[in-house]
Amino acid sequence: MVYEVIVRDEARNELGGRPHQLELEKTVGGWTCRFDGRSVDIDAVIIRRDVLSLLIDGHVYEIKREQTATDLHMWVGSTCFVVELRDPRSLRSRQKAVGDEKGPRKILAPMPGRIVRLLVAENSNVEAGQGIVVVEAMKMQNEIKSPKKGVVKKISAIPGAAVNPGDVLAIVE
Amino acid sequence: MGVTARSKMFKKILIANRGEIAVRIIRACREMGIATVAVYSDVDRAALHVRKSDEAYPIGPAAAAESYLRMDKILDAAKRSGAEAIHPGYGFLSENPRFARACADAGLKFIGPSPLSMEMMGSKTRARQEMERAGVPVVPGTSRALASPEEGEKIAERIGYPVMLKAAAGGGGKGMRLVQTRQEFRSALAAAQSEAQRSFGDGEVYIEKAIINPRHIEMQILADEHGNTVWLGERECSIQRRHQKVLEEAPSPIVDLDMRRRMGEVAVKVAEAASYNNAGTIEFLVDQQKHFYFLEMNTRLQVEHPVTELTTGLDLVHLQIRIAAGEKLPFKQSDVEIRGHAIECRIYAEDPNNNYFPSPGKITLLLSPSGPGIRRDSGMYEGWIVPLDYDPLLAKLIGYGTDRQQAIMRLQRALSEYFVVGIKTNISLFQQILGDADFQAEKLDTGYLDRLLGKGNQAGAARAIGGEVKEKAEMLETVAAIAAGLFAAVDPSGPVIGNAGAIGTDPAAPTAVPSNWKQRGRSEALR
Repeated sequence: MVYEVIVRDEARNELGGRPHQLELEKTVGGWTCRFDGRSVDIDAVIIRRDVLSLLIDGHVYEIKREQTATDLHMWVGSTCFVVELRDPRSLRSRQKAVGDEKGPRKILAPMPGRIVRLLVAENSNVEAGQGIVVVEAMKMQNEIKSPKKGVVKKISAIPGAAVNPGDVLAIVE
Repeated sequence: MGVTARSKMFKKILIANRGEIAVRIIRACREMGIATVAVYSDVDRAALHVRKSDEAYPIGPAAAAESYLRMDKILDAAKRSGAEAIHPGYGFLSENPRFARACADAGLKFIGPSPLSMEMMGSKTRARQEMERAGVPVVPGTSRALASPEEGEKIAERIGYPVMLKAAAGGGGKGMRLVQTRQEFRSALAAAQSEAQRSFGDGEVYIEKAIINPRHIEMQILADEHGNTVWLGERECSIQRRHQKVLEEAPSPIVDLDMRRRMGEVAVKVAEAASYNNAGTIEFLVDQQKHFYFLEMNTRLQVEHPVTELTTGLDLVHLQIRIAAGEKLPFKQSDVEIRGHAIECRIYAEDPNNNYFPSPGKITLLLSPSGPGIRRDSGMYEGWIVPLDYDPLLAKLIGYGTDRQQAIMRLQRALSEYFVVGIKTNISLFQQILGDADFQAEKLDTGYLDRLLGKGNQAGAARAIGGEVKEKAEMLETVAAIAAGLFAAVDPSGPVIGNAGAIGTDPAAPTAVPSNWKQRGRSEALR
């Protein structure tokens, strides 16, 4: 299998780094792995769902996988990486890859809560980082912000309604 | 000191609470051979405190006002179950004298002080008056509500700016205003009064000299119903965010033997002035010259009681129950010895990268630490959905060591083993605090945490430089990338693609957990 992987340290707010090429091939005793064309000797054991033990050159790493409403995270020790993984052969994956900065973006509820109010109307222009809706959970209010500059094409959040993580609140194009 | 042999001991106790504290009390009851009764709201049927109890009764909808604060429903459950006593935990009804009285009227023992003691300490102005009368040091100011803005200005002039305006019925920072100069006084007073009226239905405001960057240190006491009161040492609680405690330790790094004895004696005086029974805590403000002033008394078990338990070797919940059953304190003041050092981290469901906004939801993965010197009081488990209706405290991780440095090292180790997925927690905040030079150098006051969070980004920037560090960071990035590929290769049905915010992506509904057989097969396939 061949993947394109973009990794960034979650704590540092840089935008995506350059894509790496990762080749993984199943063998009888384990895996062969090439990272950016360089061969890496790995020994991997899935401990349980979402927990992987990896041995590279005598060093032990425990990696935990976390899927949030918006991102895929790999925790290596206590460092959190945001990862984008693309299988270039998969159509599904290619379609996703284009949505990035151009094109419409969904704004998703990051946590369960209740919609308190809307901060903008449909068809209004918004800046990146501008608040779109206010969601309340555990007696605290949180502004959900626009990921990009554009026009609010649709608002599906209804004040007073309950939302679950991953629910679409609005679409910005 | 056997408990079971005593005939007056309760056979069944109802716990009028939820979360980690309900679990902690249930455990104490089980240790003492006492049956437990839980109560729960509609969203708490699967909560840990229900799972751990012997009996459980529903008491209404999620909103606390319709369940955990409903005295009638809780008393009904007690009657139905035949419980003889009620432990209120902390929060909810624990400091409500009307509830304590209703328990007594229903023939149930309330595990805590009398309603009269609670009433005296419930009003901050009344508590101040009583303490002044008993000769307890209080922060200079008034002990009654301000009659007029003119009177307030006169008093502020006399005690000197800056001053603090406080709601008599207040708590949690509501109805509180810091006033730096005379010009600000009137508008601050109006704001404090209206906020106090809105929050507590009581617009009474009094005035105190403001102590800038004080420490917040509190003293644990225990009093039996036979006139014996002892102090059990202090807790340093200066590390707070928005007036909410985040990390506590015992003993306080600035309190020496002599200061501890003086604070303890004052605390006992406070308790005796209030004819206090059971466990209680006297909070003090401590200024930079180490003068301490009575702030208030908490008439309940505190969240941070484990640090006192570890440094005294006592079990406060066992003792609370024994005192309520009419037993005498099984030890004297001279028997109390403070040994070692304990630090507690309050693990909250909140997002450090999003201004500590609460983060309820389903816990999809939970890896918990243990090992030497580590105590974990938790109300969560893997697969549980953290409801959005209550306080976000999930668990407390407490480290104990022979000294402060060892307690810190053990906690750092344990925190690195603690892992919660599905919701956000503040675990990373504690790594930041425990690794901070000022914290390690014991430079603490109530402004500490705001300062630390303010410089958070600089630390991150500093970390990015340095050759060896950079090389290591690159290696970790490589590991993350390889791991992401392996997860995807082994479990193609699982989450594969990041950047789910792009159009055309399924909202990331966590995929169903595959069967053990499938899991096993995949795990084999990896070798």
